[in-house]
Amino acid sequence: MEGDIAQLGQFIGAGLAAIGSGAAAIGVGHVAGNFLAGALRNPSAAASQTATLFIGIAFAEALGIFSFLVALLLMFAV
Amino acid sequence: MASEATGAEQGAEGGSLVFHPMDQFIVKPLFGGDTVAWYTPTNVTLWMALAVVAVIALLVLGTSKRGIVPSRSQSVAELAYGFVYKMVEDVTGKDGIKYFPYIMTLFMFIVCSNFLGLIPASFTTTSHIAVTSIMGFGVFFAVTILGFVKNGSAFLGLFWVSSAPLALRPILAIIELISYFVRPVSHSIRLAGNMMAGHAVLKVFAGFAQVTAIAPIAILSVTAIYGLELLVAFIQAYVFTILTCVYLKDALHPSH
Repeated sequence: MEGDIAQLGQFIGAGLAAIGSGAAAIGVGHVAGNFLAGALRNPSAAASQTATLFIGIAFAEALGIFSFLVALLLMFAV
Repeated sequence: MASEATGAEQGAEGGSLVFHPMDQFIVKPLFGGDTVAWYTPTNVTLWMALAVVAVIALLVLGTSKRGIVPSRSQSVAELAYGFVYKMVEDVTGKDGIKYFPYIMTLFMFIVCSNFLGLIPASFTTTSHIAVTSIMGFGVFFAVTILGFVKNGSAFLGLFWVSSAPLALRPILAIIELISYFVRPVSHSIRLAGNMMAGHAVLKVFAGFAQVTAIAPIAILSVTAIYGLELLVAFIQAYVFTILTCVYLKDALHPSH
């Protein structure tokens, strides 16, 4: 066990930032699940909404990628 | 950068990870040396050039025979063309078709870079924010200038939500303004982050394969993640292009 307190904070911070990835996973699952629920109710309208599905997933996922980026910055760039 | 050195030392001592999962993203000069100036040919230059060559090979050489019954490469080229054309038409409408060549270029370049990056021991150019932000900010500036040229000051109506109650509109305008300026950042970081994360995960699982007890599971999961990465490589190119279409639609029809 060696290293200084700054490195400790760096690693703890990176771990905390990684929680955001899990939160984004909840968001993406919510989007996809609701799309499936709607698509099973009205399958004929589902095909026209796949673009909206992917845009929704992309917006939800971007925020998780931001937290991943914060974790990476803390690990390697600070 | 000190933590990187300690990470490598820990890996060497513990025997868990001999190589670092982020080593694959290091930009190296092609012909030796250590300094990277703006004119140095690096592995990024090489793989970007290869992506361009791949696009040309598919779209120009692949369709050069113009068969009534298309060959395999011609079918793929026609599929890609039709796919992007339909996407532009669906999202931006008829008047967005004029900008189809730009969007097709973006899509083909990103999809070829992503797929070339999946070849083992290759380099993923789209995993660098420097590469994707050029494309992201290019789209941002193009769309903003286009919006002002096409609509004049009416383009500012994008930020003034006329369907909302009057008291809410200034607050919404601030939120819309912030979200507008975050667009190029999220647009580029989404692509780079997805590619970087996927490739880092592949390398981490490849590192687990060195531990004999879990090697079969690790190799199986590398195979599975590789399949997932093929999907992600396509979907991220698709998402990048469809968001470009959405931003273009906002520029052409700014009213809510």
